[in-house]
Amino acid sequence: MSTFDYTVLDNAIEQFGNKESSLISILQSAQEHYRYLPKEVFPYLAEKLGISEAKIYGVATFYENFSLEQKGKYVIKVCDGTACHVRHSVPILEALRKELGLSEEKKTTDDLMFTVETVACLGACSSAPAITLNNEIYPTMTPESAVALIKSLKENA
Amino acid sequence: MSEYMIIDGIKAEINGEKNILELARKVGIEIPAFCYDPELSIYGACRMCMFEDERGRLDAACSCKPRDGMVIKTNTAKLRKYRKMILELLLANHCRDCTTCHMSGKCRLQEFAYKFNIEGIRFPNNACQISSDSSSNSIIRAPGKCILCGKCVRMCNEVQSVGAIDYAFRGSKMKIATAFDGDIANSPCVGCGQCAAVCPTGAIVIRDDADLVWKALGDDNVEVSVQIAPAVRVGLGTEFGFNEGENVMGKLVTALKEMGFDKVYDTNIGADLTIMEESNELIHRIKKGGKLPMFTSCCPAWIRFAEDKYPDLLDNISTCKSPMQMLAATVKALYKGEKKHVHVAIMPCSAKKDEAKREKFNGDVDFVLSTQEVVRMIREHGIHFAQLQESLPDVPFKEYTGAGVIFGASGGVMEAALRTAVETITGEKLGSVEFKEVRGMEGVKEAEYNVKDLKVKVAVVSGLKNARDICDKVRAGEADYQFIEIMSCPGGCVNGGGQPFVDAFTRSAMDYKGLRAKGLYNTDANMSNRKSHDNMSVSYLYDNYFGEVGGHKAHELLHTHYEPKKKN
Repeated sequence: MSTFDYTVLDNAIEQFGNKESSLISILQSAQEHYRYLPKEVFPYLAEKLGISEAKIYGVATFYENFSLEQKGKYVIKVCDGTACHVRHSVPILEALRKELGLSEEKKTTDDLMFTVETVACLGACSSAPAITLNNEIYPTMTPESAVALIKSLKENA
Repeated sequence: MSEYMIIDGIKAEINGEKNILELARKVGIEIPAFCYDPELSIYGACRMCMFEDERGRLDAACSCKPRDGMVIKTNTAKLRKYRKMILELLLANHCRDCTTCHMSGKCRLQEFAYKFNIEGIRFPNNACQISSDSSSNSIIRAPGKCILCGKCVRMCNEVQSVGAIDYAFRGSKMKIATAFDGDIANSPCVGCGQCAAVCPTGAIVIRDDADLVWKALGDDNVEVSVQIAPAVRVGLGTEFGFNEGENVMGKLVTALKEMGFDKVYDTNIGADLTIMEESNELIHRIKKGGKLPMFTSCCPAWIRFAEDKYPDLLDNISTCKSPMQMLAATVKALYKGEKKHVHVAIMPCSAKKDEAKREKFNGDVDFVLSTQEVVRMIREHGIHFAQLQESLPDVPFKEYTGAGVIFGASGGVMEAALRTAVETITGEKLGSVEFKEVRGMEGVKEAEYNVKDLKVKVAVVSGLKNARDICDKVRAGEADYQFIEIMSCPGGCVNGGGQPFVDAFTRSAMDYKGLRAKGLYNTDANMSNRKSHDNMSVSYLYDNYFGEVGGHKAHELLHTHYEPKKKN
């Protein structure tokens, strides 16, 4: 804990204000930087903002967007909205999970390289079925092209 | 011109009631509710208190203000159907092991299931598989019995500002949790038990140590002594048909003797000891330029709160042990018998259970029983409490003063300390011993007294949110008090978490705290000795045992110190 760098949090507190209503924005900044919410964030923000840790935990678990578990370097979101679903997004998800040894419960590889999750709609229905890789959209995917993408990432790593 | 609304055909005059639920109660209509408590913010979650207006529209009575000309019904076919469905759904997610539940007979869910004639639940149930959290010395959490009414969360955050628990997760996964869903023992919980006092089901209850005490009582090789706190005697009576606030000390002593306690002592003498030491400490701090303001130290939940949240103010807290610990240390030190000696304390409090386990108190108190547990033990023993003769506690710890007995009410410690401190400073007898400014159930009370050439400004605070506010002021250097009494539970120990459960209807309909406090003040008023320093037993103890007040031996036995909570 002593080695944890609080600069990101301090900057976010500076930017959004040292108040209760800034909590979500500050958590978003932390999430953006670490790709998840490290445990150290909670007591620090509790102290700084005067909110209980239990409440911050409540906010962090309420919103799907916040993660308490460490995510991979590459976060892949497979769209399972209506348009993508009917154009066979599920086989893409299954292929990715099989390739990386992941499941619905286990979303991140042990080497912290890949995270695979689903998302309700990316708003890219015209490119269905779509996935995102670290927020960049990859359109009209197939199970094969998705696995090829993983392989190329692995090779370049 | 008066404003009226019609509830179930009854004309109800609106007098600033904050919601229709309260107004209906005033005209004798009980609208069912789980999540409403008059002292907490309105949450509107349970939807049991729905009413129907003339056009068949529904709204919740807890979150709807009465308006002139409104015509509503609180019990219609539509509402009955909805209420039954709500109950069925709640019961589907509720561990229904009623026969082995501590709240059996007092549980609101059980009561409504019976009242609304719920005969079967169509949904599968696995709530009993959710494990309980018994990590705390004070309370037990059984999330499988939680109906998510959120009263505990609001109590812990709004009234106590402790923030140990909150809502976590969402939708069907929502639950009440500590940060990271960890054990309550590792949270900021101070053990005040106010969450249990408002929980309508058995999801949070006070830890029960009765079996351990029965075991000691049944062992011929063990001498069992017990002390009874002031607030217990005015809290216990209602469970046996007495009026709220009636002092039943005499009968309680008889009951404990019948149950096999060898010696019964009165915590009041511990309170008198506390006043001797604490008023001496206060005078010393004022005259010698010690840390001021001085905070009282009787309340263990407040001590936990301070150690966690105000480590920088720990030197401001009186080093006096609480009356319970003072008496226990004395009882243990003076015990000369051959048998193993077990000392039990009957307290209105769940935090006392935790206090007794603090390492530096060397287990002087072996077990703490809450008022609730003692009620159960009396029943278990088959005692007809109301018919008992009255008896007196045992020597040498039976004599007490009116100053000791008022400790149970918010402001009592302050008043008792003032009676002794003022006479000590002036060297003259007080005309009236009553300091009425510090009495009453308000959360914050202030007073200023001119004592000889000294100006003494005091504050009396109950409820930890109020404590937090005053601590913040002290920290910022904006408070010029010399002495501050802090009790964690609103109204003081009479409203302790370990007192008999008071349901939400009674909580809004009756000033039960005030009645209990009145019981204590009446007892005080009828006593000939009303000042701690007039207690002959206390003088005897100092003359023969402790030496002088604040002296070396007294310090060893009657004082303690505090440490900031370790953060992991």
